[in-house]
Amino acid sequence: MISLAGRDIAHSWGKFVLTGLGLGLLIGVTLTMAGVYRGMVDDAHALLNNSRADLWVVQKDTQGPYAESSSLKDDVVRSVRGMPGIAQAANVTYFTMQVRAASGTDTRVMVVGIESGLPGEPAYLLAGRQLTRSHYEAVADVKTGFALGERIRIRRHDYTVVGLTQRMVSSGGDPMVFVALKDAQEAQFLKDNDAIVNDRVRTAANPAFNRPGVPGLLEAVQASQTSSHNVNAILVQLAPGLDPEEVAEPLRRWKHLQVFTRAGMEEILVAKLIATAAKQIFMFLVILAVVSAAIVAFIIYTMTLGKIREIAVLKLIGTRNRTIASMILQQALGLGLIGFLAGKVAATLWAPVFPKFVLLLAQDAITGLLATIAICALASTLAIRVALKVDPAEAIG
Amino acid sequence: MSTHLLPAPPRGGILIEGLRKVYGHGDTAVEALKNVNMQVSPGEVVGLVGPSGSGKSTLLKCLGAIIEPTSGRMQLGSDVIYDDGWTVRDLRALRRDRIGFVFQAPYLIPFLNVIDNVALLPMLAGQPNAQARERALDLLTALDVAHRAHAQPSRLSGGEQQRVSIARALANRPPVILADEPTAPLDSERALAVVRILNRMAHQAQTAIIVVTHDEKIIPTFKRIYHIRDGQTHEEAGQGLSVE
Repeated sequence: MISLAGRDIAHSWGKFVLTGLGLGLLIGVTLTMAGVYRGMVDDAHALLNNSRADLWVVQKDTQGPYAESSSLKDDVVRSVRGMPGIAQAANVTYFTMQVRAASGTDTRVMVVGIESGLPGEPAYLLAGRQLTRSHYEAVADVKTGFALGERIRIRRHDYTVVGLTQRMVSSGGDPMVFVALKDAQEAQFLKDNDAIVNDRVRTAANPAFNRPGVPGLLEAVQASQTSSHNVNAILVQLAPGLDPEEVAEPLRRWKHLQVFTRAGMEEILVAKLIATAAKQIFMFLVILAVVSAAIVAFIIYTMTLGKIREIAVLKLIGTRNRTIASMILQQALGLGLIGFLAGKVAATLWAPVFPKFVLLLAQDAITGLLATIAICALASTLAIRVALKVDPAEAIG
Repeated sequence: MSTHLLPAPPRGGILIEGLRKVYGHGDTAVEALKNVNMQVSPGEVVGLVGPSGSGKSTLLKCLGAIIEPTSGRMQLGSDVIYDDGWTVRDLRALRRDRIGFVFQAPYLIPFLNVIDNVALLPMLAGQPNAQARERALDLLTALDVAHRAHAQPSRLSGGEQQRVSIARALANRPPVILADEPTAPLDSERALAVVRILNRMAHQAQTAIIVVTHDEKIIPTFKRIYHIRDGQTHEEAGQGLSVE
């Protein structure tokens, strides 16, 4: 038996292909939306992987440093290093800001203050070297667009890009720029000169800090205002073979700090931080699925209405209802298949252009294909219903 | 409907006695066919002529196993149609295997080429594709349109399309062909050519053919003509057409 659907598609392939391309763009958007969600999850995992930490020590009662602000004194790391089971611990700061390139363009990045050679440092470089000097050097993610040797401005100082790394992004997808911890602390916490002068005047005017009988008090208070010894978190690497929870518990108990294991941090980043965005994307996916189904149903329905006479003739000459239903179903599936292929190609082509990472997974493509088939099959029922109701007598008139 | 008392029609022919069809019920009932009697033998082409609203289409639908008559007897070969036990599936098989249809417009399936339009019926009847196409090609050759076998229907002239539709009607070797105004869109020459083809096919395949028409050009070509008016038929002799 010849394939009636195949012949019809071959006969009016231009209409099918154009309709399929239109549908494909919609499917492409759907796949991209799924890719945006996958990219957000992957960014979160990349953030955790790149920190090379087993534990995150943060301010008590916070879920920092990525989901909430967290502030610790930078000397806390010493007591953490002294706890049993800890191989390495390092202070780290994170803050998002606009960094000015040599060309004058602003780029939104996450500036990470790290201690050289300790957890938090980029795991690998594409070019250049790690930070070696105490000040004014930076290692940047390639997505910043900065070139090796380029001078970039962070707050009041210029930094030279000495290394380039890759897939170092914040949970929000901003590329990272790594600088020395001291530089980062200054950039994050130090005020500008005018603010410092104003603060000094304000402090001097406060009789509590400017007592005639207490020499040196005012200077001490002013000095404390202009120096920063805060960090956002301490990244901890454990000695081999230890259970992270067993090491974390004494830190929580004796140091009065919040400690997250990798599983806990993953929970915060994936399940909490991007939960709302994920729901948003899910809603979009549902709407796109409904719109796709409506479009396929409308197209197949219209195409079937255009073939009422042929269907009547087919029924009159003894074609089974099953054959006619199969023809319409196959056309719907054919349309879906063309649309899916077009959508997959479109999503693959435009995904790299997106500012945030779009991760197109094969499993999502397979799910998308199955969903497309299901939607097309469902959408064809309306047209099949119409076709089965066609009276063979319509062929006679 | 009863099957006894009535004589069996000739093998493959069609016999209609006292056929009645009423649409609707009660006060709104319309009696489209009142008392239709017809007999068409194998190899015979008869005309069915009548004005609009006379019941031609209703009769054609009854003959074509599309609508069920209210009463009367309709016999195709040895089978009494619409007798007890005829299911939708049986009627569909009857239309596919034992009745050929030729329409006013050819109504070829536009997305199938000529040979597949003809081969579709044998294929639907379960014949292998190659065998169905072979049969289709034979018919197209007999009807002198084999050279257009692989063309799309839209590329054919009106006369060629009608010949293809005749080939399609003959594809399953049906004992009966119902032709509904087959010459309406054609000029005199082509209309007569179609009638000649129908006569030739009826003669060669021993098919009983009923041609519904009000085309004055072809009415005299039938040996027997059934006139239908107000749902009733009466028969008269025509001039006939030489098959040669």
